Amino acid sequence: MHPAISVSHLEKTYAGGFRALKDVSLSIEHGEIFALLGPNGAGKTTLINIVCGIVNASGGEVRVDGHDIRRDFRKTRSLIGLVPQELATDTFESVLATVRFSRGLFGKPRDDAHVEKVLRSLTLWEKRDARIMTLSGGMKRRVLIAKALAHEPRILFLDEPTAGVDVELRKDMWQIVRALKETGVTVILTTHYIEEAEQMADRVGVINHGQIVLVQEKRRLMRELGKRELRVHLQEPLDAVPDSLAQHALQLAADGQELVYTYDTQAERTGITSLLADLGTAGVRFNDLTTRESSLEEIFVDLVRKKAV
Amino acid sequence: MNLYAVRAIYAFEMARTGRTLFQSIVSPVISTSLYFIVFGAAIGSRITEIDGVSYGSFIVPGLIMLSLLTESVSNASFGIYFPRFSGTIYELLSAPVSWVEVLLGYVGAAATKSIILGSIILATANLFVDVQVAHPLWMLMFLVLTAVSFSLFGFILGVWADGWEKLQIVPMLIITPLTFLGGSFYSIDMLPPFWQTVTLFNPVVYLVSGFRWSFYENADVSVAVSFGMTVVFLLACLFFIRWIFASGYRLRS
Repeated sequence: MHPAISVSHLEKTYAGGFRALKDVSLSIEHGEIFALLGPNGAGKTTLINIVCGIVNASGGEVRVDGHDIRRDFRKTRSLIGLVPQELATDTFESVLATVRFSRGLFGKPRDDAHVEKVLRSLTLWEKRDARIMTLSGGMKRRVLIAKALAHEPRILFLDEPTAGVDVELRKDMWQIVRALKETGVTVILTTHYIEEAEQMADRVGVINHGQIVLVQEKRRLMRELGKRELRVHLQEPLDAVPDSLAQHALQLAADGQELVYTYDTQAERTGITSLLADLGTAGVRFNDLTTRESSLEEIFVDLVRKKAV
Repeated sequence: MNLYAVRAIYAFEMARTGRTLFQSIVSPVISTSLYFIVFGAAIGSRITEIDGVSYGSFIVPGLIMLSLLTESVSNASFGIYFPRFSGTIYELLSAPVSWVEVLLGYVGAAATKSIILGSIILATANLFVDVQVAHPLWMLMFLVLTAVSFSLFGFILGVWADGWEKLQIVPMLIITPLTFLGGSFYSIDMLPPFWQTVTLFNPVVYLVSGFRWSFYENADVSVAVSFGMTVVFLLACLFFIRWIFASGYRLRS
């Protein structure tokens, strides 16, 4: 079985000379939720736009379900739905008309039952006759999602779908994404809300300066690159970390009330036992211990910083 | 062929006409009526007949051509420019449609609107003057060919323009003057020999001449030449649009 999306040695240099993608290779499997993370200008939208046919690649190859996006563009594009980053809508059209238009444009016969189902799932049904220009930003975002789902795509791109939308829509949207995944739809999302990727994604890809930094199964990424933090809550505040504890690279926090020890979860020895022993020897008394795991956001920031150095 | 897409684009564009009925249909009809009053009544009282046709009747094909050209260009250019301006073009570019389907939708709708408008102007003209159509099929063919050709030209303009000003400049500074100087309101035989030769470089002369021949069997240039020039212009536009889609010019970065 072919991957849902296969990108090989993809290059993109814009007319002005800016090299947006540098030898990008990536494979996305059917039915997975793939989060593409990266700072602004990293190349996320360029990559999505090339796969969808909006931007021409300068080199390399992209296949969707085994079909070349240039030679078999009808097949590949009919499989894809795209929710763009920008709120680009047909302002003078009604919600129902614009969603029906999208379905027809992607080669599907009129199906009022499906359109109604999509609009209801996005709580847009009551607004179906409203002109898009009268809707709020959040409702317009829902319209874009409805348009992308109108032709029942097997692959859905969500480019910053929750940027500037309220909590309610985010919840609704993630509910829809979960429901789509259950029906086998592949979802590729970019988001600045990394906690969303942490909750939703099966795999994570990090792109920076037009290059894929890593692609990893999310749990494994968090396990391998994640660090744990041990916080030692002191009985008496300290002005400085005692010299005898220097080997543990401790940090003082909470106005000297806490010592923070960072350790690698994958290391053979975490160093906690010796730390606790050294604390006793140094006469540092504590009344509590807590541990915390790195978030995906911290891992992401760490990765991007490392690449930048 | 993605016929659902052709229908969707065509219906979308025609619905836009419905929303802007006054601008699309009523406004040109009012303008045409004013032309009849000014040219037909004021000038027509001094120029009684041209080639055996009353001046009022003589200008009818030219007036229809004037509206047909300007409306075809403006409808088609706006149709493709607005999605580029608003950003909704992403959907068209990511849809499973070829350049042929895009053209059938956008240019088909623009040409349909122009043909409807031309027919309304013809009906309006009948209220003012006596209009004879000697060759109805040829008249219809020139009407359709011109509407399609200039809708294709308008589509090119809509892709080329990177601002509202450029979108307006071509119809205002090129199409309208060429139409006025293309024998819409006079026979080019009325010009001095030098200007007659210069006028032959104006493509609109061939459209107006052929169209007028289908009404009154009077033509400034041969009908075959008129027909040939129209087809050449149509094919040139088609090839250029094919290149636009192949290269992604101003559509795909």
